[in-house]
Amino acid sequence: MRLTDEERAMLAGEDGRARQWALRHQVEVGDFFDAPDFVPVGQAHVMADTESLGEEGVRWLEDLAALPADERRVCVPTITDPRGVDFDSYKRLGQTDAMAEIEARAIRAFEALGVLMTNTCINYQTILPPVRGEHLAMGDTGVVIYSNSVMGARSNFEGGPSALAAGLSGRTPRYGYHLDAHRAGTRHFHVAHRPRGLADWGALGGIVGRATNSYWEVPVVAGIDGAPNSDELKHFGAALASFGSIALFHMPGVTPEAPTLDAAFLGRAIPAAAPIGEGEFRAFFAAYAAAGDKVDVVVFGAPQLSLLEIDRLAGLLDGRHIHAKTALIVTTSPEIKFAADRMGLTRRIEAAGGIVAAGICFYQSYAREMAEANGWQRLVTNSAKLVNIIAGYGYRPTLASTEQCVDCAVAGRL
Amino acid sequence: MPIVLKCHRGIGPAVTGSALVADDNFSARYDLDRDKGIFSRPAHRLHGQSYVGKVLVLVTAKGGVASAWMLREMAARGMGPKAIVFDRANTILAQGAAFAGMTMVDRFEAGNPVGLIQTGDEVRIEPDTGLVTILNRD
Repeated sequence: MRLTDEERAMLAGEDGRARQWALRHQVEVGDFFDAPDFVPVGQAHVMADTESLGEEGVRWLEDLAALPADERRVCVPTITDPRGVDFDSYKRLGQTDAMAEIEARAIRAFEALGVLMTNTCINYQTILPPVRGEHLAMGDTGVVIYSNSVMGARSNFEGGPSALAAGLSGRTPRYGYHLDAHRAGTRHFHVAHRPRGLADWGALGGIVGRATNSYWEVPVVAGIDGAPNSDELKHFGAALASFGSIALFHMPGVTPEAPTLDAAFLGRAIPAAAPIGEGEFRAFFAAYAAAGDKVDVVVFGAPQLSLLEIDRLAGLLDGRHIHAKTALIVTTSPEIKFAADRMGLTRRIEAAGGIVAAGICFYQSYAREMAEANGWQRLVTNSAKLVNIIAGYGYRPTLASTEQCVDCAVAGRL
Repeated sequence: MPIVLKCHRGIGPAVTGSALVADDNFSARYDLDRDKGIFSRPAHRLHGQSYVGKVLVLVTAKGGVASAWMLREMAARGMGPKAIVFDRANTILAQGAAFAGMTMVDRFEAGNPVGLIQTGDEVRIEPDTGLVTILNRD
């Protein structure tokens, strides 16, 4: 990689050990991906829940946090993805004091580094939305795909260590989706069945993701008549990233880099479109169906809910009671939780027997241990991303519409 | 003559180990029981098999960002794979390997390594020069 004088100084340790580590790490990754140089970033977003950090990762953060203040503080705004524990609700979720303690250690370390504990995977809806052309170092695949595709910003999937390195150095290696050459569409899909509701949009993301299935492919999803809203695109993108490891899509007429189909392919030859019809949607849902099964837990999250989603849930739950043998969990960001508290939405959901947790996103919160502690197996959700992830943690997941999720939480079975 | 495969320059130290190969993908968060050291997602082709100390040979990396932390944590407990060989790595696993000091290579001149390396092969990986040698076959 070509380095500036400033970068060479950082690499030589002139700006302290934290920035030296950051540059070393970033050069190693940049060389692997043939990055020509670094690009300055406007924000970094760090995925660092304690389940994935483990004791090893937390101790590593604590070592950084013990450095002198001028060496350890991030130099661009650096925010966090959901955490492993919500201190207000962890006991109700069957999580342990040991989990809360390691969580508190990680938070103290991050705060010492100057990281803002936003604890959210919907920062593009709630903190500072990315801008077209802005270079970023975002963690959380759902955040990256939304920032790249819907906002036209530029980020790769940055894992926790790499995002933190970007926060410390203020830059990231210029490879992948920072480069124009990688942003042209490579695959073409035509949607003949308009998705209705968030589960449908997630299913579409899952269908396209399975068919595309590589970080280096850019699917172009045509045939969408009229703009989806931010929550619909959030579920679509999160599922597409989860099922297919996709970081960028174009939706002609909807997303900013694709005013037309031609523009989505940057003027290159347009490949024949793979059709997606009602049959593909039916098959997608059928693979997770479990009619008649007892429901252990209903989860709304992955990604965290917007205020509008929480308002809708409160409306669906008014005057109803969740079954005594079923749990209903809503996850959102701390900022949205404050708003939901202030507007009485939390009270309405909890009056029906639900739990509204802040700063977590369920699957990043010791999902296996929660299942064991609570005897949960059958999980129902409107999140296609969550059904994709959660089977690996020992759950049997079912994808259902928001209304069906609430109905089966009340009935206690599908 | 052992079989020598040329790949892109990789990450981590040179290692030798026994290959565990599948025409499937990899996510530390979605696919693994990291306590037991086995593939735990029922739909994964290596479901139930131990990856500890193996040279994993898979197609690509999938899903979440968490794998970037998890490789180091797994390696620190002595419960990680020895190396990961991909047809094409994604950013997360490359970053995770760099953070963990774990060996990782991808982009082979002869095509997808899943079709070139077999489970049980003894392979030598040299990331600096971009070479993978299958020691037990010619």
